[in-house]
Parts: sequence; structure tokens; C-alpha cells
Amino acid sequence: MTASNPLKPSERMKIPRQEPLEQDPQERSTNFLEVSFGFDMDRTLVEAQRCLDCKTPYCIDGCPVGIDIPGFIRLVLEKDYVGAVRKIREANYLPAICGRVCPQETQCEEVCVLAKKLTPVAIGKLERFVADYEMREKLFEAPVIKEHRDEKVAIVGSGPAGLTCAAELAQKGYRVTIFEALHATGGVLRYGIPEFRLPKEILDLETERIKALGVEIYTNFVIGRTATIDELFDEWGFSAIFLATGAGTPTFMGIPGENLSGVYSANEFLTRVNLMGAYRFPDTDTPIRIGKEVAVIGGGNTAMDAVRTAKRLGAEKAYLIYRRSRQEMPARQEEIHHAEQEGIQLLLLTNPTRIIGDAHNWVSAIECQRMELGEPDESGRRKPVPVKGSEFVLEVQTIVEAIGQKPNPIIQSTTPGLTTSKRGTVVTDEMQKTSRPGIFAGGDLARGGATVILAMRDGKQASVAIHTYLADKRAAQLPSHL
Amino acid sequence: MFRIVRTDVLAPTVTRFEIEAPFIARKRKAGNFVMVRLDNQGERIPLTLADSNPASGTITLIVQAVGKTTKQLCAMKAGDSILDVVGPLGTPTPIAMHGTVVCVGGGVGTAELYPIARALKEAGNTVLSIVGARSHDLVILEPEMKAISDALYVTTDDGSYGKKGFVTDQLKDLLDTVPGIGAVFAIGPLPMMKAVSTLTRPYNVHTLVSLNTIMVDGTGMCGGCRVTINGAMKFACVDGPEFDGHSVDFDELMMRNRTYADLERVSDQKHACRLAGTTQESLR
Repeated sequence: MTASNPLKPSERMKIPRQEPLEQDPQERSTNFLEVSFGFDMDRTLVEAQRCLDCKTPYCIDGCPVGIDIPGFIRLVLEKDYVGAVRKIREANYLPAICGRVCPQETQCEEVCVLAKKLTPVAIGKLERFVADYEMREKLFEAPVIKEHRDEKVAIVGSGPAGLTCAAELAQKGYRVTIFEALHATGGVLRYGIPEFRLPKEILDLETERIKALGVEIYTNFVIGRTATIDELFDEWGFSAIFLATGAGTPTFMGIPGENLSGVYSANEFLTRVNLMGAYRFPDTDTPIRIGKEVAVIGGGNTAMDAVRTAKRLGAEKAYLIYRRSRQEMPARQEEIHHAEQEGIQLLLLTNPTRIIGDAHNWVSAIECQRMELGEPDESGRRKPVPVKGSEFVLEVQTIVEAIGQKPNPIIQSTTPGLTTSKRGTVVTDEMQKTSRPGIFAGGDLARGGATVILAMRDGKQASVAIHTYLADKRAAQLPSHL
Repeated sequence: MFRIVRTDVLAPTVTRFEIEAPFIARKRKAGNFVMVRLDNQGERIPLTLADSNPASGTITLIVQAVGKTTKQLCAMKAGDSILDVVGPLGTPTPIAMHGTVVCVGGGVGTAELYPIARALKEAGNTVLSIVGARSHDLVILEPEMKAISDALYVTTDDGSYGKKGFVTDQLKDLLDTVPGIGAVFAIGPLPMMKAVSTLTRPYNVHTLVSLNTIMVDGTGMCGGCRVTINGAMKFACVDGPEFDGHSVDFDELMMRNRTYADLERVSDQKHACRLAGTTQESLR
């Protein structure tokens, strides 16, 4: 028993995990409205009672940004929802986003004590509820910045890493400017993650909250083109720079037929729909082409987003083609489950070998072969091996390749002295420092393709490193007798 | 927002814009382009930078009204603002001393050719220019091209001005008669650039073309602009837009560029209806 929770641990363990409210699968597969409605207040209060408020809260270690999870849940039990979201914001400035897109099942919820024998506390859904409550009741107040500093810090890219780093540094009193190449902020949160998983209204609001800290944002500004990194230091007067340009360059399989009309990279397909609003064409000007039958290649979250988007755009059959088995799929379980509910057909242990076109150079089919799992490879996953003579042809008119992204090379190629890896990522140490003093990097640019929350972790880590770097610089400039 | 400070109609469907964009104006090089989005519903379209003035902080775009967005843009006036302009994008044209070069512009492609021809002239080349158009009224930038060329040849398809025929007819004459042509720069419609590349191949003259492709972001993110160059996949927005004409798979690109032809007509017609609707309302 604690002050906030009158139930004994044995009683708390009897409460079943609450299930979130969701839009009906049939209905939602034809619209772009949010799939999950999360918890209502009743479910939130019941679920919060399940937390055992452990003496050693493993969940905090399981959270890449170290949110005081038992602390915010205690406030939920006291019905102090705004206090709860402020507690989260001490560690993570973007709770409404994390409550929606974080893979809690492999992080905080995986290590929840209840997960061993029962089901873990639905930490993600609780986070989302308090963030949405604050938003709905318009109770957000920007944190007061106690001390203002003169140094200017530039953040390149306004995705999860950039936004987080900006929020942290602005709260420390630095003058922060974000440079964004696209016309809208958010990076992958904007162009990659669909409306039905993360409504853009929420992203807009979180962005406004970052501006409320005094952060300046330049959109339509490509670092490496509109201005270089060295110009930011020498002409613009920035003292430190955080690079967070993500992994925005698509990769293609390299099979015949990829340049036929009707073949998209996941980036192009999702950017057309999410950033450019192609699902509202011709009310918007950007078109998208969707066949009766669509195949998406890949097994990650991006592939899931693409195939579920294809279904919503009117595909009668939407296939997901993945060369390994379900266990090896990198996508979140929740996303795979949602996709299947919506009628997505998973073609597992299947690998495309060529794309077939018609007389007008349009995709008409995809040839695949069956795979079986062999010995484990470098990644520890069992390697898919083709089954001889198993080729078959699937009629499709649209193909989306979602097999991974690489960092965009524009900054690396225009910034002398910046060390990059073979994979094109910017090399950093554990403090996110790059090979050049004053330049830090994080998120997918340094990792090569990871999650929103790990990008946010890097942004936060970089803000600490930049703070230390600038403090050291300040100290070095002081006269020695002080 | 990016304010239009001046417009000039160069031909019946071709307008020149001067637009305030000080950061882009400072960095522009020959061969660069910008992505433009007119309003919140707008698409992003690539437009080549025809010129810039770092002192006044303006860039120059020359636009032919062919689709929904370019028609909407060409209806805009000085004082109006464009929502988004980003750049300068793409790899600038490699400007070197070749000796004698031939610069070939077809239609509105001449607008893209002009800054390159000027840079080549400034680098010390002897610049022979060919400007082609369907008819006299579509010939643009003739005085500008003349000023930076050692010789200028104009061709029209219908013979209404200059020499009757295609730019390739004139180019063949030059290749046959002028010794020491070191390079050819050709910008215009894809069939024209293909014809130029086919013509120059047996002469073994290095030929650079500028590819217009499908593009969404223009920074290497979507891959919609992928083209096959010597059998390898390249992105026109970052690896180009200029490529060795002898290595380009033009036929594939021409087919890819037709991907949205019917939907573009839908968008265009809707725009036309909206304009007609507004006119009727304002008449009431």
C-alpha cells in the first residue's frame, strides 16, 4: 500500500491489463483517422492501479530517455494528470508522440516486473492519456527558463532527435535555431509516420510547444546547400551544431524492373501521402497511383505503414512480402496485428526476384521465390535461403520497396573533416560527439535506421554534451587568475 | 514566404520571375534548381535557376505554363508571394575550358541553358549557341544569348523565324564544319536531348544534358527522380540533374515521366474550373 494506491500488491495483480479503444478494423481500413483512441479516464485509473511502484523500478532503465515512470503513475492515481505529464516532460519533451509511436513492448513494458508472470502495465497508453488530457484541456504551460545564455546552437533537422535536442537546450537557456530542409517540421514524424498512427495535428502542437521555448525554426533550408556547416560557424556565429538529418535516402533491391511506373520507394510513397496529402488528391495537387493489387516489400514499421496506407488508398488486395518469418519481422507486434486486422495479407518467407511490366512500362506483376530459414547470420537471425524452383508470379500494379534507408549524404559531402562509416552514417562517440569539435550528431544519421525514441535519446544526450562543451569553452576563455 | 518583385512575359506562355530569396541568391551556381510550392495544397515542383542577384537578394526563374502549378504560378504578379522556395539544389554544372563548345537550347530549356552558356563563356570558351523553338513567338532570351555567344543560330520548326528545322540540323552543320568542338551542352525537351545525344555520339563529342524528372522533395529523399545512367541507378536531384547524354536511358525516362499524365490533367482541369468559378462569382 502507498499513499496514492490503497490496493495491496496482491489485489493490484488481480486487475487485468486494460485494452485501449480502437477504431473498427473494417471501417478504419478505408479512412486515415487514428486507429487507436488510447484509454479513457476510467481505463487510465484502473490501469494505473496495476503499477506495483517497485522499489527498484526496472521500467526507468528500460526507457531510453529515463522517464520516472512510477513517479508519473503515482500522480495519475492522484488524478493530477497535468502533474503527471509535467513529470514525463522533465525527461521527454514530446510525450504525446512517444505515447503513440514508442515500442514500449521492447522497452519499459518488457522489463516491467508484472511482465514476467502476468502482463506489463500499459505504460505507453498511460503516457498518451496524460499528454492528450493536457492537450484537450489546454493546460500546457511552457517551462520557465531560469537562465539565458549568449551562445547560439544550430540544430540540423527537425525530426525527433532535433526537436528533443532543441527543447533541452532551449530549457538550459541557449539560443537555438533549427534548420529544416522540407517545408514542414517533424522529419520522419511528418513524412514517414501516417496520420492514422500519429495525427499531424499532434505533431504541429508539439512543434508549437518547442517554439514556445523561444526556438527559432527555418524551414526550406538545406544545410550543405543553402548554407554549409562551416558557414553556420563562421558567418552565422553558432557555437555548436547538432546534426540530426535522419536516414532519408531510400535503398532499392536492385532487381530488374524497378524503374517501371508504379514502383515506389517507401519514402516516396509515404511522403506523397503524409507530407503532401496525396490521399486528398485532387483537393491537393500531389497525385499518387494505387493499383487494385499492391505489394509492399519489407518487414519493418515503414513497410507496415506503407501497406496499411495502400489499403486505405483503395487497394483491394494489399500484400506484405517479407523474406524471413514472422518472428524475425522488425515491425512492432501491435502494427503487425493491426495490419492483419485490416486485411493485409502477409507473404512470409517470400523474396521478390523481378518486377514485370506491361507494354506501357507499367508494373503488371512481381515474380517471387519461396525462402526457407538456414543458419543464423551476422545479425543473429536465421538467414533466408531460396527454395529452388519455387518461383511464382503475383499480379500487382503498384509496388512499394520498404527495405531500409541510408543517411542523406549532402552534409557529409560538404563538411570537411567529418568522419563517416561505410554505411554512410556519421561516426560519433557515446556522447554524440563527431570527429569535428563543436559538431554533434545523433538519431538515424548516426544509427542508420532506428526508432523515434532512440533518436530522442540521442538528442537528449547531445544536449548534455553540448552544454558541457560550451561550459568548457566558456571556462577556457576566462582569465587564468579566476 | 517569398515575394515576387518583378514579372516579364517572354513568350505567350513563358514568364520570367524575380523572387526575393536572399540565401539562395548568394549560393546559386549554373545548373542549380529550386523546389517551389505555391500554397498549402500545392505540389512541390523543380524549377531551374536562370539567374540570381546576390546584391538585391533575388533569384530568377523562367517558367512555362504547362500544368496546373506552372499555370497558377504564371498567373501571379509582382507583389504576390510564393509559400515555399528551397535551394539551390542539385550538382552545379562542371564549368571547364573545352575550347569551343556548342550550347543547344530547346523551347523553355533555353532559360536553363543561359546561365551555363554564360559561365562557359566567362571560363574562356568559344561559345556557339543554338536556340530552337516551335515558332517565332516561342523563341526566348535571344538578345541575352546573343550577348554571351560568339555565334547564335536560331531554328524554328515552322520556319517562322531563323532557319527552318530542328536544332539537330544546325548542330550537325556545326559538327561537320567547325573544327575542335570540345563539348555540347543540350537542354530542352527529352526527345530533343535524346536526338542531340544520338547525333553527337558518332562524333565522339562529350555531351551534357539536363534531365527533368518526377520529383517530390528534390534533396535525395524520395527516389522518384531515379534514372538509369550507364546501367546504374542515379537520382537526378542530387547526382544530377546533368548527366552524360551518351549514358542516359532516355526511353525509360520518357515513359516514367508519363506516370501521372492523366492525374495531372485532372488536377489541371479542376484548377481551370475553379478559376472559371471565381470569375463567375466576381461578376455577380
